[in-house]
Amino acid sequence: MSATKTEILIATIARLLEGCRSVVIGNQSPIPGSAALVARELSDGALRVTILGSRRHTDFTNGGVETFDRAAQGRVDAFFLGGGQIDGEANINLVGSGEYPRVDVRWPGSFGSAYLYFLVPRVILFREEHTPRVFVKKVDFVSAPGTSPPGVYRPGGPWKLVTGLGLFAFDRSRKRFALESVHPGHTVDEIVANTGFEFDRSTSTPTTPEPEPRVLALIRGRIRDEIAETYPKFAAGLAE
Amino acid sequence: MNTICDLATLAAAIPDGAKLAIPNDPYGVAMAATRELVRRRVRDLQIVCVPTSGIQADVLIGADCVASIETSAVSVGEYGTAPRFAAAAREGSVKILDATCPAIHARLQAGMKGLPFIPLRGLLGTDILAQRPDWKVIDNPFVPGDPVVVLPAIRPDVALFHAPRADRLGNVFIGRARDLVNIAQASHASLVTVEEVVDDNLLEDPERSAGVIPALYVARIAVAPCGAWPLGLPGRYGPDGAALGRYAQAARTREGFGAWLAAWLAGTSSAAVA
Repeated sequence: MSATKTEILIATIARLLEGCRSVVIGNQSPIPGSAALVARELSDGALRVTILGSRRHTDFTNGGVETFDRAAQGRVDAFFLGGGQIDGEANINLVGSGEYPRVDVRWPGSFGSAYLYFLVPRVILFREEHTPRVFVKKVDFVSAPGTSPPGVYRPGGPWKLVTGLGLFAFDRSRKRFALESVHPGHTVDEIVANTGFEFDRSTSTPTTPEPEPRVLALIRGRIRDEIAETYPKFAAGLAE
Repeated sequence: MNTICDLATLAAAIPDGAKLAIPNDPYGVAMAATRELVRRRVRDLQIVCVPTSGIQADVLIGADCVASIETSAVSVGEYGTAPRFAAAAREGSVKILDATCPAIHARLQAGMKGLPFIPLRGLLGTDILAQRPDWKVIDNPFVPGDPVVVLPAIRPDVALFHAPRADRLGNVFIGRARDLVNIAQASHASLVTVEEVVDDNLLEDPERSAGVIPALYVARIAVAPCGAWPLGLPGRYGPDGAALGRYAQAARTREGFGAWLAAWLAGTSSAAVA
């Protein structure tokens, strides 16, 4: 059986975690969580994976606050953020669409984004839905800005963007995304039509590689079982 | 003073208009006590979610118990945005103070230490900061040219949470749910529901006493078996996903919420309410 869309996303994100020593997975993030566990296996255990909401992967004892303290000390290399809206300068909005505070659609809230986006070196933006309502020209509310002016303490920030259609890199000095690869079965034109902002692309954008057999076997075996502790419904939907 | 009381007495200790600190979903949410609060028709609560909330804040908002809510998010787990919270945002019926998780933790830590304010990284250039005139930016006094956000301390009037066990002296075991320690120390008084009360002194066992909130912070304790339901209590029981899903669905409309609330208020134990 060839790789499913979900497996391609997991394998793509796992590649982005290569070389990291520590990754934290926020709540409601089964795909990044699975990817982190794959990356841990590929690193021979060198990658430390913390999954919030998992008893097995909760490697802290000082409460939720400890994760934020760790990040501020540089003890977290990678983190994932999403957004109801994400714009071309990598500003993210987790609060709502429309005019704040009486927004048209209210989302849960900013969680730790307004802090972790500044402090974690490799923030990977992940949003599976790739539509113009998500990828907008300008966000209606800045939960966390993509870039900061000189003088602002900011060792971290957006690094890559993974969607259901493709993989982008973010250039912090140019405040601009560049398309790196298109997932199998999709096209550059489709991505352009579904993105509300301008981004860089070459005439020959490669296709996102399919997962290697070893990675696919991990996802369908050990990782599927391990992620089930935190996300049973998601794990049940993965191929065997 | 005997701190052990019944649920109604515990709920009566939260006055209208109180600034009420509550923990996030996985770490001991006092849902049975929340039901008593709604039953006694508490009004104008100023809720401080540490650092987020779920069904608890949503029910209190839907039942018209809340004047303001400071939070980093309100969601019913995988069911997404909490429906009555979202409706209140659209209608402007509750004052929403949007925050970010570490900012709420930091403000409580300042409260614990008796400090007037505390600095925090991040936040610069966000609309969260732009919407909070009570949060300021100062220049780092030690390394000029480094802008830093400073946040005022929070001292909630009351903290309300659920824990596995307490002893008759008022000590409460919370294990690794350490955020509850911060909530208890920052607040003027803690009201705690527990699965059970034990006869020995929880502070006497040096191997476990680090997981205990001492009685000096605890005003009242009530026994509430399954008191976090439909949320979970680590080490005891997990969240009831089916019940949370039914709530998230019902609460999408005012009428649906009203019917859910009536059934919930009519229940006497967790098992009695579906």
